[in-house]
Amino acid sequence: MEPKTAIETRDLTKRYGDLTAVDKLNLVIDHGEVFGLLGPNGAGKTTIISMLCTIISPSSGSATVNGFDILKQSAKVRRSIGIVFQDPSIDDRLTGRENLQLHACLYDVPSELAKKRISEVLNLVGLEDRADFAMKTYSGGMRRRLELARGLLHHPKVLFLDEPTLGLDPQTREHLWEYIENLARTTKITIILTTHYMEEADQLCQRIAIIDYGKIKVIDTPANLKTTLKGDVITINSAQSEKLATRLTELRLAHHMDASKDSIRLTVPNAEKLVPRLIKIATDIGAEVSSVSIHRPTLNDVFLHYTGRDIRAEEAEPSFRTFMRRRGVR
Amino acid sequence: MSELRKIYGLWHREVLRYWREKSRIVSSLILPLLWLLVFGSGLRSMPVPGAQTYQSYIFPGILGMTLLFTSVFSGVSVIWDREFGFLKEILVAPVSRTSIVIGKALGSGTSALIQGTILLPLSYLVGVHLSPISFVILLPTMVLISIGLVSVGLLIASLMTSMEGFNFIMSLVIMPMFFTSGALFPLTSAPVWLRDFSYVNPLTYGVDVLRWAAFGGADSILPIYVVFLILVLFAAAMITACSYTFGLKK
Repeated sequence: MEPKTAIETRDLTKRYGDLTAVDKLNLVIDHGEVFGLLGPNGAGKTTIISMLCTIISPSSGSATVNGFDILKQSAKVRRSIGIVFQDPSIDDRLTGRENLQLHACLYDVPSELAKKRISEVLNLVGLEDRADFAMKTYSGGMRRRLELARGLLHHPKVLFLDEPTLGLDPQTREHLWEYIENLARTTKITIILTTHYMEEADQLCQRIAIIDYGKIKVIDTPANLKTTLKGDVITINSAQSEKLATRLTELRLAHHMDASKDSIRLTVPNAEKLVPRLIKIATDIGAEVSSVSIHRPTLNDVFLHYTGRDIRAEEAEPSFRTFMRRRGVR
Repeated sequence: MSELRKIYGLWHREVLRYWREKSRIVSSLILPLLWLLVFGSGLRSMPVPGAQTYQSYIFPGILGMTLLFTSVFSGVSVIWDREFGFLKEILVAPVSRTSIVIGKALGSGTSALIQGTILLPLSYLVGVHLSPISFVILLPTMVLISIGLVSVGLLIASLMTSMEGFNFIMSLVIMPMFFTSGALFPLTSAPVWLRDFSYVNPLTYGVDVLRWAAFGGADSILPIYVVFLILVLFAAAMITACSYTFGLKK
């Protein structure tokens, strides 16, 4: 019997000493969904995936993947999932095809069938003519595509993509998105992807869970998440932003406001009409405004709203650097 | 048997990697040549039991040393698989931990077989005249020794976090194993404390069997079937221990 859900977690928790990496996670993901785990690095996304893939054991709580318990039926879980890890996980000394052949052996895909599937997945990611070259000669984007192909080789029901486009250039990233979208459209596969790229979550995912400090802040569709902000976002840049923010809070002009040292973000229903008034208020209290901008809410605003901080590019950097260093070692 | 196919896949990878690193094959043959031709020549007049010259006496010992270095290193190289992420692909696959260790061990056994095939004819250079029977006994024995030793490397790898500790392993594990194995001198003339060390060193039994096979029944430290049994038990115990450490989850 087909289980009802692709993934279900019950109070799934992982602690490392005093640090709680994942805190009582309750999550239900349906079959065929493209589900995004969005959060900054260190939010616990990879830990969640590692537990679901049965690589690490939860400290408490449990989960099922394709109806199989991650603790009691880990072999069955493993057989039914495919993974593209955050860090590279291919053998550099082998060719692309050899990497795929090894994968077919490990997942016990019969050799005749494996031959057919290998050419299928190579075709899907557009690497047929590179298949017999050593992985050493592949670019970062090609490696990623090969890993995607490999993750699909044994026809998993659930595919985990952990930061699939980390460290790739924008063009390659968009290519990879196309492959993933194509995959979601043409197969019934369930895709769970983690990312800290807003555009990636926005473009690919049907539902998104915003995760911070190991906890789910909110789960919804990207469109709903953006409308929950009720209105537009005004960003005011000012050297005296704190003073201005205090005044605006007194006046209760916005649903939601975040202020930093030199800028303020307000979420308001009718932004265009409010701008002249804001400028006047600023002039009255003697705060100099250097610029004002209005934009439709993006996922980034949603993220800021729920976590109180930006997902900034810097946060991605340490991991990115490790990634590049690993690449460069040999 | 689906596990057999998985072991085959892992073994095949090891062999492909070994075969592609021709420089590693060549360099693993240089060291034994230096020992045999330089060190062995220097001490050629040293009297040794059961062999005609010192060079011929150390020949089986040098075979053992080659196995020790390449097998332990092959096991320790799992650290690289971990560093470069490939280990994750294996660990997340539906493959039993024992199969992973066996695949690795057979891969290393195969490289031992290749090295043996190249090194054994060199015996004629140093005056050891191997009979066809010796050949037939030596090759599988080398594979058996290699399987035990690769597991030593795998165990070390599970305790090490990076390749930086490798020199430490070299001077703390590999070299002491080599020097106390009886590869270079007869243990019968060694002091008691050293002999005690030798008896807990698995390579001692490996070298003993190799010497027995090479010289067509030279005296062994224990009855030869006991020595064989020790080697088999050692390999089996090590594979079990490695499967256990591989199965540990964080």
